[in-house]
Amino acid sequence: MNAPRSRFLLGFLLAALVIAGGLSYLASPDPDGLDSVTLHGCTVSGTAAGEQLDGTCIAQNATESHTAASPLADYAVGGRDGTTGLAGVIGVLVTALLGRLLFRVLRRPGDGARAPSGAEPGKD
Amino acid sequence: MVATYTAMHMSDGLVNAPTAAVFGLIAAVGLAICASRARADLDERTAPMAGLVTAFVFAVQMINFPILPGASGHLLGGALVAILVGPWVGSLCIAIVLVVQALLFADGGLTALGTNITNMALVGTFTGYAIAWALRRFAARSRTGLLVTAFVAALVGTVVAALAFVFEYAVGGAGGAGLETVFGLMVGLHVLVGIGEGIITAATVAAVAAVRPDLVYLLRGTRPALTLRTPGTGAAR
Repeated sequence: MNAPRSRFLLGFLLAALVIAGGLSYLASPDPDGLDSVTLHGCTVSGTAAGEQLDGTCIAQNATESHTAASPLADYAVGGRDGTTGLAGVIGVLVTALLGRLLFRVLRRPGDGARAPSGAEPGKD
Repeated sequence: MVATYTAMHMSDGLVNAPTAAVFGLIAAVGLAICASRARADLDERTAPMAGLVTAFVFAVQMINFPILPGASGHLLGGALVAILVGPWVGSLCIAIVLVVQALLFADGGLTALGTNITNMALVGTFTGYAIAWALRRFAARSRTGLLVTAFVAALVGTVVAALAFVFEYAVGGAGGAGLETVFGLMVGLHVLVGIGEGIITAATVAAVAAVRPDLVYLLRGTRPALTLRTPGTGAAR
């Protein structure tokens, strides 16, 4: 009943790519639970400079991200509309790569060649 | 006043600097412990799985689903990773997602990374795992048991992660809303988010269990074969 591991892992990666690359266009644009709370008490209006918050709310204390100038900021490539899917695919590949690297480094050696604990390479 | 709020996670400035620093330290110590404990759970079968679980959580976090008119929610992923790859590895999966989101996608502030990691990677994951572990025999018994376990673990994990934000706001919030208001709204909204989280978590866990039940950490933990396969390591931790 078990699917071959490589095919299973490939399917898992494809699912992530389809979700980030395609399904992401269907995501709700409304603020999420946390943002809804931090915006509670404010009315939001769009201005040339960005979003204007009138009233009193937690989000008024928020400062712009240090990485706001990133070419992938706000899940768009170079700030272009309609590139959410591409940004998502890049994100999937980057997180998959980082995960693979970290967990390979942390992984104990294979059966029969187990290193004694305490004599292992660095964690980060 | 101009603020960025389109991000999904805590921005910089919502809690004061000392609070952000303290939770940065808590997150760093927590992840170091997770990295040390994760070794016992990683082998040539589970390590590639953990990498892909990380990417999968990143992808699903992009999908905001409506919870109320004008409000949405998205997967946090703590219970999902805990059930699939265990809490130690799972916390690291979520932390990778949060770091990539903050650095590349300007989603969640850099100084807020400590609070975001504490809430979602540590509190959400370990709460979800505690619930799932308590129900593990029920989960191993039937497909329905696994679905219910995953749903409940994800729902509770989401609400408790939301409570962690309320705690941080109580400790060093920048102000703008009363604590009781923040508590009521966070819990109320995250019960709704948690229902979505529960559905996604249950569906994903069931899909993995249908084709590769051996890759579901929670189910392996219910079988003695796990300790037989790895004599002398991991089992005592």
